Formats: sequence, structure tokens, C-alpha cells
Amino acid sequence: MLEHALKGNKKYWSWLLFLAAVILIGFYFYLKQFDYGLGITGMSRNVSWGLYIAQFTFIVGVAASAVMVVLPYYLHNYKAFGKITILGEFLAISSVIMCMMFVFVDLGQPFRVANIFLYPTVHSLMFWDVIALSGYLVLNVIITRVTLDAEHKSIAPPKWIRPVIVISIPWAVSIHTVTAFLFSGLGGRPFWLTAILAPRFLASAFSAGPALLVILCLLLKRLTKFDAGTEAIKKLGLIITYAMCANVFFILMEFFTTFYSGIPDHVAHMQYLYIGLDGKTRLVPWMWTSAFLSVLSLVFLVVPKLRNNTRMLLVTCIIVFLSIWIDKGLGLVITGFIPTPFGKIIQYWPTVPESFISVGIWAIGVFLITVFYKIALSVRREIEA
Amino acid sequence: MYDKGKIIIGLIIFAGFFTAPFWYNISNGKEALKKPELVLPTKEGQTECVEPVTFMRADHMVLLNDWRYLVVRKGERNYVSGTGKDFNMSLTNTCLNCHSNTAQFCDKCHTYVGVTPYCWDCHEKSITPGTGMVSQNSEIK
Amino acid sequence: MDKSRRNFLKIAGITALGITADKLVNIRAQQAVPKQNVKDSVASKNIIKAQKPGPAAEVRLAMVVDLRKCKQGCTKCIDACNKIHNIPDFGEPKDEIKWIWKEPYEDAFLDQENYYMKDEFKNKSVPVFCNNCDSPPCVEVCPTQATFKRDDGIVMMDWHRCIGCRYCMAACPYGSRSFNWRDPRPFIKNINPDFPTRMKGVVEKCEFCDERLSKGLLPACVEVCPEKALTFGNLNDPQADVRKLLKENFSVRRKPGLGTNPEIYYLV
Repeated sequence: MLEHALKGNKKYWSWLLFLAAVILIGFYFYLKQFDYGLGITGMSRNVSWGLYIAQFTFIVGVAASAVMVVLPYYLHNYKAFGKITILGEFLAISSVIMCMMFVFVDLGQPFRVANIFLYPTVHSLMFWDVIALSGYLVLNVIITRVTLDAEHKSIAPPKWIRPVIVISIPWAVSIHTVTAFLFSGLGGRPFWLTAILAPRFLASAFSAGPALLVILCLLLKRLTKFDAGTEAIKKLGLIITYAMCANVFFILMEFFTTFYSGIPDHVAHMQYLYIGLDGKTRLVPWMWTSAFLSVLSLVFLVVPKLRNNTRMLLVTCIIVFLSIWIDKGLGLVITGFIPTPFGKIIQYWPTVPESFISVGIWAIGVFLITVFYKIALSVRREIEA
Repeated sequence: MYDKGKIIIGLIIFAGFFTAPFWYNISNGKEALKKPELVLPTKEGQTECVEPVTFMRADHMVLLNDWRYLVVRKGERNYVSGTGKDFNMSLTNTCLNCHSNTAQFCDKCHTYVGVTPYCWDCHEKSITPGTGMVSQNSEIK
Repeated sequence: MDKSRRNFLKIAGITALGITADKLVNIRAQQAVPKQNVKDSVASKNIIKAQKPGPAAEVRLAMVVDLRKCKQGCTKCIDACNKIHNIPDFGEPKDEIKWIWKEPYEDAFLDQENYYMKDEFKNKSVPVFCNNCDSPPCVEVCPTQATFKRDDGIVMMDWHRCIGCRYCMAACPYGSRSFNWRDPRPFIKNINPDFPTRMKGVVEKCEFCDERLSKGLLPACVEVCPEKALTFGNLNDPQADVRKLLKENFSVRRKPGLGTNPEIYYLV
């Protein structure tokens, strides 16, 4: 089954080669970071988490979103997702691996990473996040392996896999909830200290993740003979619609509580994000772009005519993905540190090495997705033939 | 056996790679590695280590790790040796007080067995006993 | 005793391969460290005279900062701390490491929002350091227990264990923690061999001079202050100076509303 990854046309190989080159560049910069220390990044004493943790947070959402195809297919027996469920699961595997790498490159002493397991600390959310992510990875590896193998042999998958799949559903929710708790449990950071953070994370994840899946499916349709089917794509569009509505609603609730209560600590962060503080406005254009894209995507999503047009849906999905990437992968983590506990505005922007390392990890993710999808689609084609 | 030729050639190449360091050394006329000779400290009045040589030789890393644990995590700094003597649990101020030349002592064996402990990333090894370096630089005024 | 002790150490050496160091040393700490050491430990004679060495939980170390005495422009406490703790000077705020430093009153007490204050306080610079909180959020979040609270209340750092995830820095409401963004050693003017430097990739902060307390000395900043503005002692001892000062004066703490129970009290 895995041998399918080694058989491909020229396009396939040159794409992988290209990704490998990007990965190598990222790795080169990681070696530099390893040698110099994390000072090579834009992070500082005051903004002590940056692009790495932000990307991690965003991608955990993508990983969790696999549940949006797994749940209808396995629990509601929604047959239209039959073709894309495995794609969702493979997307989850690649995303979890990316998440782990983003946390790893963020460590100051990476060789000591095993200390998390040597001194397990139940009161640390970081510990639980590691458990949740590794568990989710294992579950999805088992599920994809067993179901695809069964398909390969044209037999029904073994019975014991069903409970594993059922467990993976709440587990997916848990990985993003725990990631939200990582932030929302900190009393000293008012921007994150909000009970809506976990629901908001899930809502944004269930829009951005399926949006990425739609993009990938439509891409596969152009590049290969794979067709996810109009019904599946339409249904994904509907899921994105509901999730995106919830996401925007949650953000608006955040606005209300912050500005109506007017508590200075809470207002300051929001002000920095959307207006700027002390003339420092680095994230302002980004956040307004994100807000504009959100509203635009809602219009495109809510109107059935626009949503059900495949070409239009592709554009909408790209908009959704970008909007949430800015909101979560840039604004959310960094702004928790601005202003500082002393009320100072110290801004952050990723450096060149930091960006290349991040791009390198994304390239690893795309590399994995390519290989996994190649395997899955080749197995399918073999059966059809 | 299928692919007999390929497998055997593969095995030979593997064995060649695996033993390459030996061939390299033989061809360069290198002799077998000698047992490292340590320069033992000759500090007056100090004739014994915190624990017997046999123990220290085998388990000094365990002892140091325990000291580290007791000092950092338990706030205990006094160590009573097997012979009932008191020692301050400190790498720089106790161990190096006698074994002042780390290159002739620590490094000899560590290099021999190919380990690189990171003690000196943080702990000072260039301390010269009797110069009052410690008291001078730890003076707060 | 010798033999069994030596044997024990040997066995410890072998088992170290199998068990985690934590468990191992717990056993060893109980067996190998004689009782008499207690008198040399933190609960030492100088600091808590009146108190007989009892269970460690009876000790709650705290600092009282008399802002009325603290002199503007004086940096003696900061200099002493930087010197003996091998604090590097990178010359760049991005990499900055600091254990004790001064902040304007209104920034240190950001949540007080007192607009019309006594002039002398409005522009006052306040010494700030790690609050060594009684319920420290940094300890709560640390995934490896590299930062932990000792029985006497000091929040310590274990630089051998820290993985550099900086979760503690995100959790600290006081901005008390610094990270080694790069190797600090080239940036230390005179290394004090009595205290370790740090390596790149670990977090550090004020530890109430644990290394001095163990010798029966007061924290360096307390001892060096020419105005005697800093007082250090056991908060659980009714006879201690810190308690007397708190009883006789009005004190404030930084962000007490967060429930962290900071152990630095400021007299205003």
C-alpha cells in the first residue's frame, strides 16, 4: 500500500523535490537558531511567544476539523463523505505533525523535550496538550491505516476500529479545547482570559479546516481524476457557513464584553489590535483585513446561490482560510503580550530566519499531505480499475 | 535465495562501512587508544575525596546529580561523607577546589569515553584556588 | 554505616538508569542527609531567630519595600544583584535579563489608576522583582516542574530541567521572568564563580538570594540598601520585622486581585 508513494509521474516528483528544497532551507535556518538561540527570532522578553506558537494554535484547529467529515460519515452514516473522510483524516495527521514541530522549534532547550514525560505534571496544560496531540496522532494513524488497508483488500474494516473512530471524535474536540485552555487559564493575560476562547477556537477551526479541505478537493479534481462529488463539496460549504457564523458571532461577543465593561486591561489589547496604542499600529491593517474578509466570506456563504457555485465556493474558502489565519495565526497569540504587564507597548514582528523555519514546517506538512493523498488516491484507483 | 548476488554485495558494503573506523585508523598507523592518565590534585591537607576513589570513578555523575537535586530542589547544601566529614555540595567550590585543572582531570576520561557533559556551560571552571576569586566577585558592595 | 552507605550509593547508581531521578533522590534525601543539616538550611538562625526550626511550611519568606525610604536614582540593590548573580548586559532591550529593576509607580501599580497622587509618588520609581507568589501561576503552568515552590515559599528555578517553553513567562502577571535568548556568558563582565551562569534557552528570575540565605545571609539587595528600605523575613513569625512593619504601616501589593498572593509588600 505504501509503495504507491514511490510511484508517481514527473509532476509528482518535481513537486516533492521543490518541497524538499523548501524544507532544507527551513532546516538550515533551524540549525542557525539552534546554534545562536531563540534570539534569532523577533521574540523578546516582553513578547515571549510569536509566530511559532501562533502557527501551532492555528494548525491545531485544522487538525481538529477532521471531525467535521468523520462525524457525519461514521455517526450519521452520511455516504456523500465516503470519498473524502480519509482525506480529512490524513489532513489531521499532517497537521498534528506540524503542530508538534512548531512547539519543538519554539523550545529553548529542545534536547530536553523528554522532560515533559520524565516529570509529568498534571497541573500544566502544556503537559495535557502534548498528551492530547500525541493521542490524536496515534488514533488517526491507526484509523487511516486500518480503513485504507481494508479498502485496499476490498473487505469490510474490522469491527474493533469503530470504537476507535468514535473515540477520535471527542478527542478532536479535546485537542483544540486544551489548546484554548493553554491561553484562557492565565489570569495575568486579560486578552486570553475569556471563557469564549475555546468555543471560538472550535468555531474558527471548523471553518478554516473544512475550507482547506474544499480547496484541496478542488485542487485534486484539477490535478488528478479524483472527484469528491458535488454533494460532498456542497455539504462542506454548509458546514463552513454555520461554523463561520458562529465564529464571527463569538468575536462580536468578545467585542461587547470588552468595550461595554470598559475594563482598561481588557480594552487595551483590543485597542492595540484594531486601533493601535501610542501610535503603534503594526497589526491594525492585518486585523481590519481579517475582519473585512470575514464579513465578505459571510455574504458569500450565506447566499445559497453563491455558496453552491463551486468556483465561487473555492474563492470563499480561500477568503475564510486567510481571514482566520490572520486572526488566529497572527493576532491572537501576539496580542496577549501587548501591552506588557507594565502597560508598555513593545511590538513584535517575525524575523527572516523565523519565517523560513515556519515556512519549512508548512512545507513538511504539505509534503506529508501530498504523499498521503497520493497513497489514498492510488489505492482507490486500483480498486476501481 | 533470490537476488543472491545483490544481497551479498550489499552485505559486504555494509560490513565495510561498519568497520570503516578500524580500517581508517589502521591505515593511518594509529595505535590503540591508551588508558587516560589523570593528574591527581596535590592540595595540601586534603588527602581524600568526598567518597572513596572506586565509588567516585564509577558513580561521580550520580553523586553530582544528587547534589544538584538536593541543593536546587531541597535547599540542602551540606553533604556528610561516608567518613563523617562535612562538604559543601558545590561543583565549582568543592570539587574544583582540589581538582582545579579540569583539562587534566575531568576532560581526560570524558574525551576518552566520548561524552561531553555541559557542566561548564554555566559553572565556572577557571577558578584559581587561593586567589580569593570567589570571595572577591561574590562581594555585594 | 560506611559500607551500607557506599552500597546504597552503588545501587543508586545502577537504578538511576531505570528510575526517574526524582523518585530516586527522594529516597536518598531521606536516608543520606543527616538530620543535623536542618539547622544549616534556610530556616537559619539569622533570619528567623525567634522561631525554632519546625516544619518548613511554618516559614513564609517575604519582603517589605518601604517606598518612602527608597531613594530616586539609586541603583545599589540592582547593581549588587546583577553582580553576584552573573546577570549579563546585552546592551539590547530585546534580549534583556533582569531580576530586580525599577519601574515608574504608575506602571508597577498599573491597575490602581490613581490619577491625582502625592507628587512624590507620582514620579516615583519602584523596585520590582519576582513576587515569589504564594500561589504562583508560573509553577502551575510549568510542564516539567522546572520552576517550583519550596516549602519556605521561595519560587525556585531548576536550570538543569527547564526546556525553555516560556509558558511561565506567559503566565506571570508581573513580567518578572527573563529568558536567555542567546548565550549570556560573553556578556558578563566579571563572572562570580560562586554562582552559576545560565545557558541559552532557559528562563530565570529573582529567587530571594537562596544561595545567600543558605549561608545565613540576607538577600543582597536587602543588605546593600543604604536607606534600609528593604526588609526580609518570615511572614509566619509574629515577632519578625516584616510583620511589625506591615502591622504599623499601610501596604500595597501588585495586582493582588489575581489571587496569586504576591509576597512583596510595598509601604506607601
